[in-house]
Formats: sequence, C-alpha cells, structure tokens
Amino acid sequence: MRKTVLKKLILVALLSMVVPATGFAADTIKVGVAGPHTGDLAPYGIPTKEAAEMVAAQVNAAGGVLGMQVEVMPMDDQCKPEIATNAATKLVSQGVDVVIGHVCSGATKAALGIYKEANIIAVSPSATNPPLTQSGDYPNFYRTIAPDDDQGKLAAEFATNKLGAKKIAILHDKGDYGKGFADFSKHFVEAGGKAEVVLFEGVTPGAMDYSAVIQKVRREGADAVIFGGYHPEASKLIGQMNKKRMKIPFIGPDGVKGDGFLEIAGKDAEGVYATGPMDVSSLPVNQKAKADYIEKYGKEPGTFFDQGYAAMQVILKAIEASGGTEYAGLEKALKGNFVDTAVGRIKFDAKGDAEGVGFSVFQVQDGKFVELK
Amino acid sequence: MEYFLELSSSGLVRGSIYALIALGYTMVYGIIQLINFAHGEIYMIGAFVALIVSGVLTIYGFSGVSILILAALIAAIYAAAYGYTLEKIAYRPLRNAPRLSPLISAIGMSLFLQNYVLLAQTPDFLRFPALIPDFEFMEPIAHIMGSAELVILVTSAISMVGLTVLIKYTRIGKAMRATQQDMVMARLVGVNVDNVISVTFIIGSVLAAIGGVLVGSYIGQINFYIGFMAGVKAFTAAVLGGIGNVPGAVLGALVLGLTEAYAAGYISSAYEDVFAFGVLVLILILRPSGLLGKAVKQKV
Repeated sequence: MRKTVLKKLILVALLSMVVPATGFAADTIKVGVAGPHTGDLAPYGIPTKEAAEMVAAQVNAAGGVLGMQVEVMPMDDQCKPEIATNAATKLVSQGVDVVIGHVCSGATKAALGIYKEANIIAVSPSATNPPLTQSGDYPNFYRTIAPDDDQGKLAAEFATNKLGAKKIAILHDKGDYGKGFADFSKHFVEAGGKAEVVLFEGVTPGAMDYSAVIQKVRREGADAVIFGGYHPEASKLIGQMNKKRMKIPFIGPDGVKGDGFLEIAGKDAEGVYATGPMDVSSLPVNQKAKADYIEKYGKEPGTFFDQGYAAMQVILKAIEASGGTEYAGLEKALKGNFVDTAVGRIKFDAKGDAEGVGFSVFQVQDGKFVELK
Repeated sequence: MEYFLELSSSGLVRGSIYALIALGYTMVYGIIQLINFAHGEIYMIGAFVALIVSGVLTIYGFSGVSILILAALIAAIYAAAYGYTLEKIAYRPLRNAPRLSPLISAIGMSLFLQNYVLLAQTPDFLRFPALIPDFEFMEPIAHIMGSAELVILVTSAISMVGLTVLIKYTRIGKAMRATQQDMVMARLVGVNVDNVISVTFIIGSVLAAIGGVLVGSYIGQINFYIGFMAGVKAFTAAVLGGIGNVPGAVLGALVLGLTEAYAAGYISSAYEDVFAFGVLVLILILRPSGLLGKAVKQKV
C-alpha cells in the first residue's frame, strides 16, 4: 500500500517538473474541481463538476472574467484521502488558481494542507465536518454548505431564544446521526447559558413504548424536548407525550422533517418543530441553474449541484471583485461581499463558513411543514 | 410517589402485552417442547390484519369501539388460521425429528413471515389508528394511566382469566394438561393429541393477535419488524417465569415489564434492555428453572 503511494508520489514529482511551464502562459483562469468522479461515491462528485463546467461555459460565452477565459480542470479523488493528496499535488503542479472541492470531508482534510502551502483557496460544496473551518488550521478553506453542527446549534438557539425554554430534555436514538445531533444541541444549549439540559438520554429504537422516559421528562420539569433521530421514534414519542397530557414543544432534526413523520404521527404531528435545509428552490438563480441543467442533460441535477454551482459563482465573483487571483484579494472579497448564488445570498465568515446558508426551523401547521421565518 | 405510580403503570402495561405473547410460547413449549420462534410474527400479523380491517370499516362508517372489537375479532381469526397452518406445515412433519430440526424450522418460518409481510405490505412504518377512545372518567389521572392503558390491562386480565378457566375446567383443557404430562399416555387413553396441539397453537395465536391490536392502537404505528423484538422479550418473560408454566409466563412478563420501566425511570432508558436481560441472567443463575418452573426430572 505504502509503496504504491510512494510510487505515485515519485511519478507526481517527475510530472511536476514538466508541467508548470504551462502555468505561466496563463491568460486563462484555472479552476481545479476535485472530488469523486469515479467509483461508488461518484454521484456525489459529478454534479459539482457539471455545475462548475456550466458556470464556466456561461461566463466564457459572456467574455470571461476580467477578459480571461475560465478553464475547469477536473481531478478525481474517489473520496479517498490518499488519492486526494495526489490529486491536490497534481492540481498545484498544474498551476490552478483556485480549487472547488473536495467533496468528502476526509479527502478534503487530506488535501487542504497541500493547497495551504501553495496559497490556494479551496471552496468545498459538501465537506460538512465542523473542525475543517472551526479548528482554524485551514484559513484557505471555505464551504457553501452548512457544517454538521449547525442543525444542533439552530435547534438549541430556537428552543432557548424563540421558545424561551429554561429546562431542556434532550433525547436521542443512540445512532450516529441522532446522537450526533443531540450532542451538538446539548453543547450549544450549555454554551448559550440561557437554559440547562435537565435530561440527556438515549431511547431504544423499536422498544414497545416510551412512556417511562416520558414520565422522566415530566419529572425533570422540562419545558422543551429536543430529539435526535428519525421519524418512527419521533412519532412514537410525540404520540405518547400527548397521551400522557404533556404539552411541551418538541424539536427534531431533518430526519423528522418529512412526509413519513406527517403520515405516521397524524394529528399528533401538529405543532411539532423540526430543523431542515433551507428551502432554496424558489430563488431565481437556483431555478435558472436547474432549468439550464435539465435543458443540457435532460434530467434533474444530482446531490450538491446547488452547492457546487454556488461555489463556482462565489469564486468567479471574488476574482472579478479583487481584480485577480491573489490570495489576499480573494480572501477579502469572499469574506466581504454578498453574492447571489444558487443556495441564496451568501458571504463567508471569518472561519470560512457561509453566512446565509443552512437550516431553517419548520413547524407542522395544518398537516404540513411550514418554514418559520 | 406519583412518579413511582407512573412508572408502575407503564411497566404493567408493557408486562401485560409481553404476557399475552409469552403465553403462546409457554403453552407450546409445555406441550411439544418447541420454542416457536415464529410466534412474534403471529403477533405482528394480528396487528396488520387489524389495521387493514379498521381501514375498511372506517370507510363503511363504523365508529371507534365497534371497529376495535370487530378488528380484534377478525385479527384473532386470521392469526388463529396462521398459527394452525404454521404448526401443520412447519412443525407437524417434524414431530418425531431431533429437537433441533423443528427449532430451525421455526426460525425459518419467522424469517419467511417477516419478509412475506414486508413484500406484501410495506417496509415502512404505518400509522395505526387510535381505536381506543379517551374515556371522560380517566381524564383526571390520564397522566398516570390513560384510557388505552386501562383497556390493555383489563383486556389482558380477562384473556388470562379466560385461559385459566379453559385449561382448568373444560374438556379440551383437561386434554391439554394430559398431553403436557405425557403425550404417549394421553394418546393411549384416547386423547386426539394432534387436535390438542392444533388447539394450543390457535389459543396462543389468538392471544398474540389481541396483544398486537392493543399495542398498535396504543403506540399508533406498526411495521413488519415489530414481532421480532416483542417475540424476544416475551420469550425472555416465558423463560423468566419458568417455560412451560402458564402462571409463570404471566408473572415473568410482569416482572420483566416492571424491571424495564423502573430501569428506564430511575437509571437510564438507554440501558433498559441491559437490565431486562440482566434480570433474566440473575434469575437463571439463582433459579435455573425460572420463577415458578419445576425442575424437570430426566427420564431414563
């Protein structure tokens, strides 16, 4: 294993001596697009590549950016960290100005160090792992998708600020997804300092009933419940809370926000809150991007298409605003200017996370999830 | 104190559902020494039939309680048919085979029935209508014990008393006891053992189906997999009480239900299964034949 990596590295090193010569001849802007373009995770990477190519084609047709044509350079990393370092080295040696990617958090983390040393900015459409931005290790990293902990943060802030809850019970289904959300919610409730977590407990999915744990929530005097998990357990919990005459707000993650929950919970669903990705389908930019895609490919775009489209948009706008591809200028433009993109009107905060992207709180009203503004 | 009552009510409700299923396990084991692993699936099928029937009856404009009774009745008939057929095709041909063969056959039937319902119905959870209405007089104590829970407790109690009367005072009950004591001897004195075994499966299935209808209506959702966990828990209850022993199954189920509720309430609901099975281990160490089971003498 190690040996093959070494061989590839040697190969890359050999190549790198030949290729940069073309880098200086640039009257084009080179945008590397790295992600899984082959292998079983390719469906997550290819839509971003297609989005970048579409944006580039449109911009080029309109005369390019600052009079220069935009060249998209796809690079496959198969979502594997060891291949991602190769891909990154290759892109750097080919003289890319900026990178869209990578797609998977693990691969992104492996590649970022290489871009950082080469002073290249990377904008990922999909790497949601929180430390990528929050650790401060990668000042050259930006993303057009909300990090994993955003949902827990939103649920915690909604419960304490909007609902005014003082004592919050947090339940989860013991799974990666549910417990992850519950952990983040707990962290942000405690960090907020406005409320305390009176109960943090796992329930067993598939257990006959949850009445005992519900009695416990009551005994702890909780005035809101945050639940991490999927809709079957959520509907069982909310149904039994109503049976036990407990009328306190119930907040779930996007695993609850769906038609499955509405169907199973029926009348009990009324008034339940759930966080979920913001609805961007009504934005004109988003609608146009989708329509163009369908016209070109004859099918609906795949996962992370919107985010990939937005990444390309912000990067080209930043190049235009700063008048070049210099690191400092790009950084200033990315963090300073709002841009209308396929995921909404966004700019980046000091850490590289997009402001204006992310999750909203929804509430079931008359049997439908309604976005609360 | 109120918290203790709340947990006890929750534990008793769970326990009585476990008991309805555990009775089927223990009766079958008592007569043919077979652990009928497909029994949990009969409970699940009972719930599905009740869901379908209640859907149809709702269209025809029936109201709450009448739907509950009719749905339970039809579910019981269906489940009885399933139990009878199950025994006939999966266990009877293996009556004289080594004990491992019917056991494997039982596991096979369990998998078959689960996947049959998965394919014929749906892999998703389905909403089960709340067939048990909210009674006015329960409203002041609804937070401790609601109407649905009361109905579950009363129905289970009636079913268990009915079963006791049937076993103690009827001809078929007498034949069942005789078969349990000695199958060959019962046959010699003119008991139709095959019929008795069929009846045992039918009774067990009816009780399980009643449990399925009650649980569906109580928690409001079912899917093809609910029989598995309920079956494991009920089997645990039967072993806890002494497998083969009818009052033992009820006692074991109540002990198990209360243990789970107290463990969830006073310690952590994340570990309720740990405590449930921990109690089983403890009792099997201290009383290997279960709470009410008698040590079986090895016949030489």
